Amino acid sequence: MSTPFLEVRDLCKVFPVGRAGLLGKPRAELRAVDGVSFTLERGESLGIVGESGCGKSTTARAIVGLHPATSGSIKLDGVELTTLDRRGWLPYRRKLQMIFQDPYGSLDPRQTVGSILAEPLAIHGLLKPRDRKLRTLALLDAVGLNPRHIHRYPHEFSGGQRQRIGIARALALEPELIVCDEPVSALDVSIQAQILNLLRDLQERFGIAFLFIAHDLAVVRHVCHRVAVMYLGRMVELASRDALFETPRHPYTQALLSAIPLADPVAEAERRRVVLKGDVPSPLDPPSGCAFHPRCPAYAAHRDELGERCTRDLPALGPAASENPVSGQQLREVACHWAADVHARRVAP
Amino acid sequence: MKKEALLSVRDLTVVFDTHHGTVRAVDGVSFDLAAGETLGLVGESGSGKTVSSLALMGLVPSPPGTVERGSALFEGRDLLALPARELRRVRGAKIAMIFQDPMTSLNPLLTVGRQLTEVLEVHLGTNRREARRVAAARLGGVGIPSPDERLDAYPHELSGGMRQRVMIAMALMCGPSVLFADEPTTALDVTIQAQILDLLRGLQEKEGMSIVMITHDLGVVAGMADRVHVMYAGRLVEAGPTRELFAQPAHPYTRGLLASVPRLAGDPNEALYAIPGQPPDLARLDAGCAYAPRCAFAVDGCGAAVPPLERTTEARLAACFELARVARGEESHA
Repeated sequence: MSTPFLEVRDLCKVFPVGRAGLLGKPRAELRAVDGVSFTLERGESLGIVGESGCGKSTTARAIVGLHPATSGSIKLDGVELTTLDRRGWLPYRRKLQMIFQDPYGSLDPRQTVGSILAEPLAIHGLLKPRDRKLRTLALLDAVGLNPRHIHRYPHEFSGGQRQRIGIARALALEPELIVCDEPVSALDVSIQAQILNLLRDLQERFGIAFLFIAHDLAVVRHVCHRVAVMYLGRMVELASRDALFETPRHPYTQALLSAIPLADPVAEAERRRVVLKGDVPSPLDPPSGCAFHPRCPAYAAHRDELGERCTRDLPALGPAASENPVSGQQLREVACHWAADVHARRVAP
Repeated sequence: MKKEALLSVRDLTVVFDTHHGTVRAVDGVSFDLAAGETLGLVGESGSGKTVSSLALMGLVPSPPGTVERGSALFEGRDLLALPARELRRVRGAKIAMIFQDPMTSLNPLLTVGRQLTEVLEVHLGTNRREARRVAAARLGGVGIPSPDERLDAYPHELSGGMRQRVMIAMALMCGPSVLFADEPTTALDVTIQAQILDLLRGLQEKEGMSIVMITHDLGVVAGMADRVHVMYAGRLVEAGPTRELFAQPAHPYTRGLLASVPRLAGDPNEALYAIPGQPPDLARLDAGCAYAPRCAFAVDGCGAAVPPLERTTEARLAACFELARVARGEESHA
């Protein structure tokens, strides 16, 4: 088997919280990301979805090195990134770029667009200064901005245009992987569609791999080949797009999908919804066993059959039984005692 | 089906003085709200949906904002002409409002119980003990577990979903007949959003109030609203019963908006329809239809005058000169 382009193994990120005094010991630890593993191929796009606090953004930030992983391994083209020092990181910064949610907060308000886009080229010593200008013009054009606006400042652009600037900056170094952290959630619907189409188009044109962090599953469905669902720091399901959306296996994935309001009044009136009870538990004090069990409709309905497995044993993410062994194995992994060994069961609404 | 309107808004116009000039944030908006119905007010940022509701509640910050003209009849009185003191008696009692961000709308220094009982004490003169009893019952009614204990909690001790439930409980303390809900679930996670929308539906059924649901989310509107009003650049561009409007949007903007929503059904490999361009700068609106520069159906005449909101069927209204062509799907070719 060849080396995967990006390989994340057992990634953990622990934040100490409630330090007693300046140098005191932390009172507790928050396991924001707890044993996340996945691979990503060149040109592929993987969506990571989940609700606030599930660890999706922390995973993304650990991969680009914005905060170091507590343990685990992140390999790009077989090279371990977690042990690199600042100098060692430099060549990988070129390969690995990031797009942020807030296109305004992530652009320097005192720099013109031209200088924002030329800066990464200068830092990496790419192109002669004269050619950098040509390259920035080409970048503006590639993301659908008017190259004549090269001397403007970020505040002179609308939200959608600023996100285009953020995308152009990420493209400047011709990266092989772009990590997008909620790139469209701050945008209005009509502008969101423009940006999603742009991202898809860029991916097809340049063969860039995307790691796409989002809370909106419908958005992910339009840009990703595979989708991972996270809950309380762990991946609970990882599957090809169609498998995940058409036959979600994990009870949490099923509930998540059924909670999304549909822009179709007829379908809204007819659908049967799984409404989860309660809130997401605190990651400071996660439930025993499967962290989802206190809210899980499958556990509530099949408690007798499941016994103590859900409250005692942490389910591992592993291959699920194929729903149709004849037509071939759908690529899918699921972390659930109830769903792993049965065929396409649905939690009762 | 012409029911007596509970709230009747006519020609509401709100302007803001900014350093870029005068901005008409809401321009000639009229609508009726029937008893017990849910009206969805839909639009993107800057469309005027929030300012409309703030104006009706007398909450437009002034300066820079001014309600330039219009009327809002509620129980025989014009809310926009009421003296501040009398409006205060209506606001929070008969007309209540919930906001997007419950953390910034709740007072962080007061317990949940104090904030809830205050409403009753101010509006109905209820004594503290009785108010506390009602408050606990209200908290229970919005699905907060062990409400008696929760009365002594501070807002920061509650999760986002619980805080929004507290906001809803507070809004309902005096049994209002109209509830303005401004993006009440936008800051919440999707599973918590489903809980809150369920709660609002249930409460409406029980209490029979009217809801004005202000949102950018067409999915929320589809599941909640009886009728939908669509706003663009401060004006109403289309209005109608939810099912009809979603099935056959009349205005090109409504069509574009519906087509650009990423969906859970349909072919995900197809590019989304994207409305070209940007929403207009309200300080520099041209004379004609504000949507014309982005509109696939626009013709030369669209830039000359603002199309009036006209009745197209008994229950529907739209503001567009080219409705017939839009209905046939004949786009203009430049």
